[in-house]
This record gives sequence, C-alpha cells and structure tokens, in this order.
Amino acid sequence: MAELTATKTRGNAMRGSRVVSNFALATLCAIAFVLVIAPLADILWLVFERGARAMSWTLFTQVTNGISGGLLNAIEGTLVLSCGAVLFAAPVGVAAGIYLAEYGVSHWGRSVRFLCDVLVGVPSIVLGYFSYVTLVIGLGWQFSALAGAITLAVLVVPYIARFTELAMRQNPAALREAAYALGCREHQVVLRVLLPAARSGVLTGILLSFAISVGETAPLIYTAGWSNYLWSGRLTHEPIGYLTYVIWSFINQPFASAHALAYAAAFLVIMVVLAINVLARRLLKPSALA
Amino acid sequence: MNPFRLSLQALATLIPLALLAIFVFLTAYSWPAIHFNGVRFLFSSTWNLGNLYADPVVRDGYSIAVGAQYGIAVFIVGTLASSVIALLIAIPVGIGVALFLSEYAPRRMLSVLSQIAELLAMVPSVVYGLWGLQVLAPIVLRDISPVVSRTLGFIPFFSGPATSGYNLLTAGLVLALMVVPVISSTLIEAMQRVPTDVRESCFALGATRAEMIGKILLPMVRTPLIGAAILALGRALGETMAVLMVSGGALNYLPSTIFSPITSMAAFIASQLDSALQDPSGMAVRSLAEIALVLLVIAVIVNVIARLLTYQVRGARHG
Repeated sequence: MAELTATKTRGNAMRGSRVVSNFALATLCAIAFVLVIAPLADILWLVFERGARAMSWTLFTQVTNGISGGLLNAIEGTLVLSCGAVLFAAPVGVAAGIYLAEYGVSHWGRSVRFLCDVLVGVPSIVLGYFSYVTLVIGLGWQFSALAGAITLAVLVVPYIARFTELAMRQNPAALREAAYALGCREHQVVLRVLLPAARSGVLTGILLSFAISVGETAPLIYTAGWSNYLWSGRLTHEPIGYLTYVIWSFINQPFASAHALAYAAAFLVIMVVLAINVLARRLLKPSALA
Repeated sequence: MNPFRLSLQALATLIPLALLAIFVFLTAYSWPAIHFNGVRFLFSSTWNLGNLYADPVVRDGYSIAVGAQYGIAVFIVGTLASSVIALLIAIPVGIGVALFLSEYAPRRMLSVLSQIAELLAMVPSVVYGLWGLQVLAPIVLRDISPVVSRTLGFIPFFSGPATSGYNLLTAGLVLALMVVPVISSTLIEAMQRVPTDVRESCFALGATRAEMIGKILLPMVRTPLIGAAILALGRALGETMAVLMVSGGALNYLPSTIFSPITSMAAFIASQLDSALQDPSGMAVRSLAEIALVLLVIAVIVNVIARLLTYQVRGARHG
C-alpha cells in the first residue's frame, strides 16, 4: 500500500514536472517573440513619431543647406542611384535567373547559383571599397552617380537572379511543352511564354532590389560621396547626395535641425521600404495560389 | 549551342566574374600593403598613420609616412567579439521565435505574425544604427549594464560599471536583433518541412509539446540550424553602419570587458578613408584595402560553409 502510494506520488510529481517544463518552453518561446517584436515596434515608433514631427513642405522643395534646409537633393539622389542600380542589375539578374532556371542543372549552372549566394554574403562595405579602388580611383570617375549606381547594382543583382529563378521554376512543365508543340523556338518559349507567365515573381525581385538600394549606406560612402546641390545630370566627376547619408551623418551633429533632417530621412526611407514590401507581397499572391 | 542560350550563359557568368573581380582588384590594389605589413598586420594592435606632415620615408623599399604602423588585431577582435555576442543572443531567441510561430501560434495567424517578424530583415541597417544610438545605448548604460555587472560581475569580462552606452554589449545587442530573422526564417522553413505524422505520432505516445520539440523536432532541424547560425555570423561580421554608430569607435585599444568601446573591421573601413587619404604615400589607403580583403576572405569562407550546409539538406531531400 505504502509502496503504491509512493509510486503514485512519484508519478504525480513526474507529471507535474512535465507539465511545468511544457509550460515553461511555451512561455520562453512567447518571451522570445516579444523580445524581437518590442524593439521592432519601438524602431518604427521612433522613426514615425520623430519623422512625422519633422515633416514639412520645405523638405521636398529645398536642398540641404549645411545642416538645415530640405532634403530635395538627397531624395533626388536616392532615386537616381536606386533607379540606376535597378537599370543595370535587372537585365543581368533576369538573364542569370532564366539561365539558372532553364539550364541550371549543368555543372556551371550549379556553380553560378552557389557563387550567386556567396556574393549575397559579401559585406557591402567591401563592395564599396572595391568600387572605390576600381571606379573612383582606377577609372578616375571620382565620387559620382555612376560609381554609386554600379556598386548598388552589383549588390542587388544576386537577389534579382534568385527571385527570377524561383518564379521561372514555378511555371508548369506543360506550359513549356505546349509552347514547343506549337513550334516555338527556344528563345520564343522563354521570352514570350515562360517569362511573361513568371512576371509577378520577377517584378517582385526587382522591386525588392529597389527597396534594398534605397536602404543601403555603406557601399555609397566611398562611391557616391555627398552633395548639397541638385544633380546636374553628369554621370561621373560629380558627387551626389542620398537619404541614408543624412541619417547616419546628421544624427551625430549636436543641432536640433540636423536631427530633424535625419529623422525625416529615416521616415522617408522606411516608408519607401515598407510600401515596396507590401506591394511585393500583393504581387506574389496570385502566383503563390497558382 | 544556340546563340540565345549562349548569351544567357554569358550574362549569368557576370555574377561569378564580379566576385572574382572584387577579389582580384582588392588584392592587386593592396599588394604593396600586404608586402609591407606582412603578418604583423593581423597581430599588431597599433594602427598609426604616422606623421602625415613630415616627408615620407622609405622603409623596406616602400615610401611611407614617418612612424606609420598598420595593425588590425583590435578590429579583428572587435568584429569577432561583437558577432559572437550577437550569435549567443540571437540563436536561442531565433529558435524561440521560430518555435513560437511554427508550433505555438494559431495556424491562421502564422502568415501575419511571420510577416511582422520578417519586417526586421527589411529595416535598413542605418535605421538600426539610429535606434541603437538614440534609444538602445542609453538603455544599456542606465538599465542593462548594472544588471549584467551585478549578476555576472564575478567574471572579469563582465565586471566594472559601464561608462558609456556605446560599447561591445550595445553593438552585440543591435547585431543580435538584425540576425534573428536570418535564423528564425530558415528554421521555420525547415520545421514546416518536418512531416505532421512525426509530430502526431509523438503526441500519440503521450509526449508533451515540449518533449516533442526537444527530442524530435529540434534534432531533426539541427543541420539547417547550424547553417542558419553560420549565415547569421556572416551577416554580423560584415555589418557596417549599425556597428559604426553604436560601438564607440575604439582605436589601438583591445576590449577588456563587455562594456569597452570597440570597432569592427567593416566600421573601421567606413570611418577611416578621409584620414587615410591625408597620407601622401598612399600606404594608408592601401592598408584599408587590405582590411577589406581580409573581411572579404572571412565572409566568403563563412558563407561557403553555411551554403554547403543548407544545400546539403535541400539536396538530400530532393535526391
């Protein structure tokens, strides 16, 4: 009898500890989630609250004047650099993505895919210094829009390639076979049938690359420089401003006007990045259902 | 082979070519510095541009500033220390987030919640830096540091009051936040691939959820977890702006405690070109290129290992 009671108690104790550990793990996981979400919410709150307070029309109508004025030059510069980057990166990235999806089983295809992923891991400041050595000094372009845009293009090209590959792979085999059965040539199958069918995925990759370009700082420090003036349209030998520069450089100034500009710039960058991500998700949905 | 396929292949080849070009041109440009600095470069903790106003002198056949010495041990230690601290925090938190989203959160909320978590990966690093500078650093100085030094202070590395919020701990915390999504998203993907049968048979045997997770689920996703952790390490090693803004910018000073200011290799490169350009002999700029080269080599090695690990898993599944 006593033995039985002891076993029972031990059993109860064991069940108790199992319940406790089960509950403990669930709690820990929830805490981990909160630990990540709380700072994210605080970051967004900081940027939105301070950024909204710093918003005014002069931001969009005036150029930066020392540490005050507007952000027109930086907004223009960010658009020029990011559009330039996408312009360079999209053709190469999409072509590489098609190659990986259609002929990527070859030995060389596997290597390209692998090195594509390794290129994603190259620190952006290393890319920036590489461009400084080759474009800014080597070719003598100095700090310029072209050097900045090409650097950003190298940074985002692997993303476009992998997104394109993923989108192309979602095309059903029947589509390809039907196109061949109608007598299409190889390039017609790929460019007229498969690529249009995968366009939402391809577009998503390009949009996200634009968002990445808008948010990057490190690769531009040594390639684009900084300018208080509007861009004159010269591709080389003229530095160009950009929004992320305002964030990291003006926040270290001890003036309220500089801080306001930094938060306004952060607000604009975050808004662009978030808007593009929402848009990209909308685009991806139909293909995810198909 | 037809011209269409050939032109696609040529364009695709530009990507590996870019990687090769980065390596070749950085090596070529920093070659005099590599030759001049030798192995000292990696082990000396003195970075001194020398007297930039005196005429350069010729040493070992190279024209350099008087008294110049280039050593990056401080930055290597700063890079590794901040990344290791970031990983020590991010791995458990990342596992927790992945488990919460994949095993605990209600099914229909999974996509919404994981999208929120993925927002972390979208925030530009300079915005993390801004937040670290304005919000986290004061919190670290006022609230976190006293707690850390009180509870772990018996270990010399954690001892001593923090004198500033811009230190190794803050850099590690910001980096941890930035790499958590790398770990959690890879893990969620891997956990979703574990068949439901496995979970159900576990529950049928009377296991609790915690036992199922600890004994079955986590061991099954071990390889992707290691791959994700190494990928996160690569990301942390190369992070520039956030570290630059919160790390305190130590020079010629090895961190003695977790409250010491540090500099990482990436942050140092980003902050030093203006000074280096003042060196008329050009050796300082070439030495900065050598740091970039070292960082590139480390990043490539880390990423190759991480990709091999994650590829192996996918390959094994498909094959």
